[in-house]
Amino acid sequence: MPSQIVVNPITRLEGHGKISIFLDDEGDVKRAYFQVPELRGFENFLVGRQAEDAPQITSRICGVCPTAHHMAATKALDDLYRVDPPPAAKAIREMLYNVFMLEDHALHLFFLGGPDFVVGPTAPKADRNVLGVIQKVGLEIGKRVIAMRKDLRGIIQEIGGKVIHPVFGLPGGIAKGVTEDARNRFKEIADRGLDFALFCEKLVEDVVLGNPEYVKAITSDAYTHRTYYMGLVDGHNHGNFYDGQIRVVSPTGSEVLRFPGRDYLQHLAEHAEPWTYVKFPYLKKFGWKGFVDGEGSGVYSVAPLARLNVADGMATPRAAELYEKFFAALGGKPVHHTLANHWARVIEIVYAAERFRELVNDPVLTDPTIRVLPTETPKEGIGVVEAPRGVLIHHYTSDARGVLTSANLIVATQHNSARIAMSVDKAARSMIHKGVVDDGILNQVEMAFRAYDPCHACATHSLPGHMPLWVKIHDSDGKVVQEIRRDG
Amino acid sequence: MVEKPKVAFYWCASCGGCEEAVVDLAEGILDVVQAVDIVFWPVALDFKVKDVEALEDGSIVASFINGAVRLSEQEEMARLLRRKSKYVIAFGSCSHLGGVPGLANLWDKQSIFNWYYHRAPSVASGGEEPRERVEVPEGTLELPAFWDTVKSLDQVIDVDYYLPGCPPTPKLVAAAVQALLRGDLPPRGSVLAGTRALCHECPLNETKPEKLLLKEIKRVHTVQVDPSKCLLAQGILCLGPVTRGGCEALCVKGNMPCTGCFGPTDEVRDQGGKGIAYLSSILDFDEESDLQRVLEAVPDPVGTFYRYSLPRSILKRTREVKEHA
Repeated sequence: MPSQIVVNPITRLEGHGKISIFLDDEGDVKRAYFQVPELRGFENFLVGRQAEDAPQITSRICGVCPTAHHMAATKALDDLYRVDPPPAAKAIREMLYNVFMLEDHALHLFFLGGPDFVVGPTAPKADRNVLGVIQKVGLEIGKRVIAMRKDLRGIIQEIGGKVIHPVFGLPGGIAKGVTEDARNRFKEIADRGLDFALFCEKLVEDVVLGNPEYVKAITSDAYTHRTYYMGLVDGHNHGNFYDGQIRVVSPTGSEVLRFPGRDYLQHLAEHAEPWTYVKFPYLKKFGWKGFVDGEGSGVYSVAPLARLNVADGMATPRAAELYEKFFAALGGKPVHHTLANHWARVIEIVYAAERFRELVNDPVLTDPTIRVLPTETPKEGIGVVEAPRGVLIHHYTSDARGVLTSANLIVATQHNSARIAMSVDKAARSMIHKGVVDDGILNQVEMAFRAYDPCHACATHSLPGHMPLWVKIHDSDGKVVQEIRRDG
Repeated sequence: MVEKPKVAFYWCASCGGCEEAVVDLAEGILDVVQAVDIVFWPVALDFKVKDVEALEDGSIVASFINGAVRLSEQEEMARLLRRKSKYVIAFGSCSHLGGVPGLANLWDKQSIFNWYYHRAPSVASGGEEPRERVEVPEGTLELPAFWDTVKSLDQVIDVDYYLPGCPPTPKLVAAAVQALLRGDLPPRGSVLAGTRALCHECPLNETKPEKLLLKEIKRVHTVQVDPSKCLLAQGILCLGPVTRGGCEALCVKGNMPCTGCFGPTDEVRDQGGKGIAYLSSILDFDEESDLQRVLEAVPDPVGTFYRYSLPRSILKRTREVKEHA
């Protein structure tokens, strides 16, 4: 009987990782460690760089969500130079940001996490990927997904210069505006974007609610942790991706903290462990108590599920309805089931699409005034956004020339790192017994981390064979335009 | 059925942007998967290292490896894929030249660890920095070694071709894959993009003066940019004249200057040195004090001229790294 199992590399996520599982003499799990064998040292080599280069340098932290780093850095530059961008610049930034959230969340649904539920968690590994998804849902839908992604990313490229590592962010504004001609083209994409978003949500919802095995799996103890949750909210306590205050709710759902991003150091700290390169942030108010959940532990979670848990509602109509449906179906707020992240993520796709449509129709969007030139002497700046994977904080100091003298970054997945480690450990304990391990079992352990991060899976717990699939495609008025059924 | 050629994608110290660039082939990706059998691609497929180890040496037609080499594990993976592959293509700036993560060569392991695990303002005291071997109650855990120096891929293994850019454009990726499948390959060691400088494909090239002479350099956040005029002519430092073309001037179309991610053209050995030489050739100054004043607008020459190529440059550390304040 093996005493240690190593999954290397873990797959279908952005970045590197490995899982080391220790078994006892009976073949049961003593402990599973989620290790991140990756570190690049951005905080160091940002020192000495010109502040205005930070949005382009830090986007290289993540090429899957470069727009998130680019935007957090750009907002940190606004703060560094004490300059408030004009209304059109803010509107364009937020519009591009929602376009990005829409396409990025969709990537995860079809490429990273989707295979676990559409193809099946224990399907052969050669099929458990986007190609398997296309085979299952049909080439027509596959082509539709590809075309939508191309159109959305085309918008970011047109205004942002590049889609992978955009260049538009400047302190006090953006480098390129939106013309009326561009607005008209974007409007048409926004309408299709909302149809697409509703299709994505329906795809997940039909599998979630239409499949009792799935509901049983996501609500099972194997994939559940009662922690604090953190996310950005606007003045009405509705979630917002681009701006707002940081709100933290307890495992019972009550607000325990609400603060502007500038104050993050008063509330958050990071713990280091010798067996991984990632650091573990925690709430200072409750302290680092180790890898445990509950109200006494400072461990907290971010990203889609956390964002829904901290918000009192969603700011757009269709997303607001889905928000209510989500909590009604899963037993009220807060929801502690890690795999519910997948459903929360597609509800956010709908919000992003609706917000995109609002902003593309905003009269201010085409105002040619898109920059305020900085005049203040720079000193210190903090910028916060919601990345697809959670709260993202960039903090810089500079000298009077605007050359960076220090940088501190707390990136989205990091906030989740303690809870991810706990989830992987718990899933391994639940799935592996008497030393019996195969590819399908290990994939179900991997599903515990995929739920948080680059994954959009509505993965099921140990569901044998093929999954029945029922897809209804709605237009933006809710009318069914296409219906596809496959039996299991 | 005829066996399809095997292809692998792998990432070292990278950001995942090169993976996205492959996905951005859009409908083209369907053609690629028709034509080849992807045997390893951690971002999208569930094959593990042991699946690669089990393949016969030389049985992969091409491995596309992105990212710089920062950790021992990345070097081991590069060596494994080299052994299994007929061709290795360094994919993207990090693999080609060291890339943005290569800026870490201004530091070393201990100075990076000191900041990241001990001195950063959010770090709690009392934590332990990571080690390569750690005894935990259940057994021993290992982490790959973190090296002092970041390397480009060809400083670790033999590389057959380079796809430049941060990231390479889908058009260049598609052309490279097609060339491979047809067996229609340029001489080994070629960079699979344009051979001329970016200016030649820039939409603003016609507005670039025959002879540039600048009294002043302006940092881009301090000026309103005229989108219809060559950025250099406006005093904004654009690296187009010293950067390999092939990207279709995407940054310039976004009203921002080229920062050099495609690397230098074929005849240039050191990208940053070439950039600095170019700058000195366009400055119009009478006295040294004029020159000083102009250079104040470039307070970070390393980050400006060597942003993507420090590991591949002729600059080497000779002294110990200083901690920052």
